Amino acid sequence: MTTIETTSIPPYKETFSLRKFVRANGTQLGILSVFLGLWIIFILAAPDTFTKPQIYYAFMSTIPFFAIMAMPLTILVIAGEMDLSFPSIMAIGLVVFLLTYFQFASILLSFAAALLVGLFAGWLNGFIVVRFGIPSLVATIGTQFFWRGAVLVLAQNKNGSLAYAMGTPLYNILVGKLFGVFPMQMVWLIVIAVLSWILLNRTRFGAHIYLIGDNAESAKLMGVNNGRVRIQAFMLVGVVAALAGVIASLHVKFFWPSLGEGYLLRTLASVFLGGTSVFGGVGTIFGTFIGAFIIGAIEAATVAVGLTGFWTQLIYGLIIILSVIMHSFLRRRME
Amino acid sequence: MENRLELHNVSKVFGEVQALEDIDFHLGRNEVVGLLGDNGAGKSTMIKIVTGYHQPTSGEIYFDGQKVEHLTVPLARQLGVETVYQERALADLQSLWRNIFLGRELTNQYGFLDVKKMKQETHSLMTQSMGFTSSAVNPDSKVGTFSGGERQGVAIVRALYFDADIIILDEPTMGLSLKETQKLLNFVRGIRDAGKSAIFIDHNIFHVYAVADRVVVIDRGRVAGEFMTKEISLDNLMEKMIRIAETGSFD
Repeated sequence: MTTIETTSIPPYKETFSLRKFVRANGTQLGILSVFLGLWIIFILAAPDTFTKPQIYYAFMSTIPFFAIMAMPLTILVIAGEMDLSFPSIMAIGLVVFLLTYFQFASILLSFAAALLVGLFAGWLNGFIVVRFGIPSLVATIGTQFFWRGAVLVLAQNKNGSLAYAMGTPLYNILVGKLFGVFPMQMVWLIVIAVLSWILLNRTRFGAHIYLIGDNAESAKLMGVNNGRVRIQAFMLVGVVAALAGVIASLHVKFFWPSLGEGYLLRTLASVFLGGTSVFGGVGTIFGTFIGAFIIGAIEAATVAVGLTGFWTQLIYGLIIILSVIMHSFLRRRME
Repeated sequence: MENRLELHNVSKVFGEVQALEDIDFHLGRNEVVGLLGDNGAGKSTMIKIVTGYHQPTSGEIYFDGQKVEHLTVPLARQLGVETVYQERALADLQSLWRNIFLGRELTNQYGFLDVKKMKQETHSLMTQSMGFTSSAVNPDSKVGTFSGGERQGVAIVRALYFDADIIILDEPTMGLSLKETQKLLNFVRGIRDAGKSAIFIDHNIFHVYAVADRVVVIDRGRVAGEFMTKEISLDNLMEKMIRIAETGSFD
C-alpha cells in the first residue's frame, strides 16, 4: 500500500471552467474590475484628457518610480513582513551614487555602488528582524530614520545635480525613450514585474515565501530556513528601492535629500489595493501592478475632472478603504 | 540487522528545564513502536530531535547503524524520516499541491518549479491514496476548506509520496471521526506490511495498543519502561500507566 503507482491513472487535465477560474483569481478579477470601472468614469468625466495618448505617456513616465518598488514589497508582505524604510533606502543609494561619482567620475561604478548599498540596507533590515526577533514594522521605522539621517548628514553642502548623467548609456537605458516615445522606466517596471512573478510563482524561494507567511511554524517543521528566506526578501526590497531612487533622480537630473518621501504610502497602497493580505500568505504581482496604476491615475484624474488637488487624498483614501473591504469580502466568499 | 534508528543517552535541556534525560531508544526494521506518556513527558521533544528540528544537548543518534552528527530537518528527510504532524503543520491558505510538496518542491532542470508535474502527482495521490472523491476537491483547492480527516490524509499522503523509511505519527487521531480513525489505524498497520518502520504517538492507549508491536513509556523526560504488546494485556498495560502517572514507577 505504500507504493504509489502513477502509471494506471489517467493524466490530470486541468479542465477550464469559468467558475473555477473566477474562484482561483477572485481578488485579481476584483481589482481589475475596479480599475476598469474607474477608467470608464475618468473617460466619461474628462474625455478631453483620457482619450488622448499624452496622459498615458505621463502615467508610464511617473508611475514606475513607486510601482517597481511595490513588486518586491509584495513578496515581502506575502511573507508576513513589512518595510517602511525603502524611501530612505532610495535616498541613501543616491547619496552613495553622488559620493562615488565625486571620487571616481564613473556613472556605472556609482550605479553599482548605489545598488550595493540598497542590498546592504535590505540585509540590515532582515538581519535585525530575524536575529533579534523584532517586528519588522518597528525595526524598519528605526532604519527609516537612520538612513534618512545619514542622507541629511552626508548630503550637506553637496551639489545634487545629475546633469552630467544626461545622454550617458545608463541614462538612456534607465530613463530614456524607447523608439523616441516609450519611457524606459515603464520597460523596467514590466521587467521587474515579470521577474517578481517568476520568483514568486516558479521558484522554491517563492513557494517558501507563501508558506512562511501562511504558517511559519509549518515552514520550520518542513525544513524551510525561515530566517534566510525573509532576509533575502528584505534584500530584494532594498536593491530595488535603490534602483528606483536612481531612476527617479535621473529622470529629474537632480538629487533631492527628501527623495522618496512621497512614495511610502503610494507604494504600500498599491500592494494592499492589489489584494495582498497584511497577515501574509496571500497576494499577487498582477494585483499590485493594477493597484499601482489605480493609485497613479487618481491624482491626474481628480485634476482632470475639474476638482482641485486637495481632493486627491480624500479620493485615495476612499478607494483604498473600499478596495480593501472588497478583498476581505471576496476572500471570505472563496473559502 | 541494525536498527533503523537508535538514540543513545540523549538529553535535551531548554534553559533550566530538563526535557529529556538519558533517553535510550531504538526502532527496528518492520516495527511499529508506540510512544506513551503524559502531557509534557517529553514525547514531542524526543520526536523533534529525531526529525532534526531540535538538536540534542548531549547524546548520540544513529540511523541504520551510522552515527549522524548535526541532524537537521532536510538531513533527516534525506535519511528517510517523514513526520505526520498534528494538523497544524498544514498551510491553510495554500493549495493542496503546495501543501503536498511543502519544503520539497519539485523543480525542472533549470531550477524552476515544475508546477504541472506537482499538480499531476497530487491528482494521482488524491484519487489513489487519499480517497478524495468529491469533485469540489482538486489540486488547486485551498487546504483550509478541508475536514479534519481530509487534512490528516494530506499529511499522511505527503509521507507516503516521499517514500519514507521511518514514518512518525504525532497524535494523528486528534480530531478524527470514528471511521477516519479506523482508516488511519489500518494505514499504520500497512506501514509494517510494507517493510517500513513507524513511531506512533497518541494519547489514546487503545489506539496505540491496537497497532504497535512495542510500547515505550516516557515519564518526566525518561524512559520508564517498555512492553511488547504481545506479552502484555491491555488491562495490565493500563494499570501500569495509571500507576506510573501517580507514583512515577511501575511497581
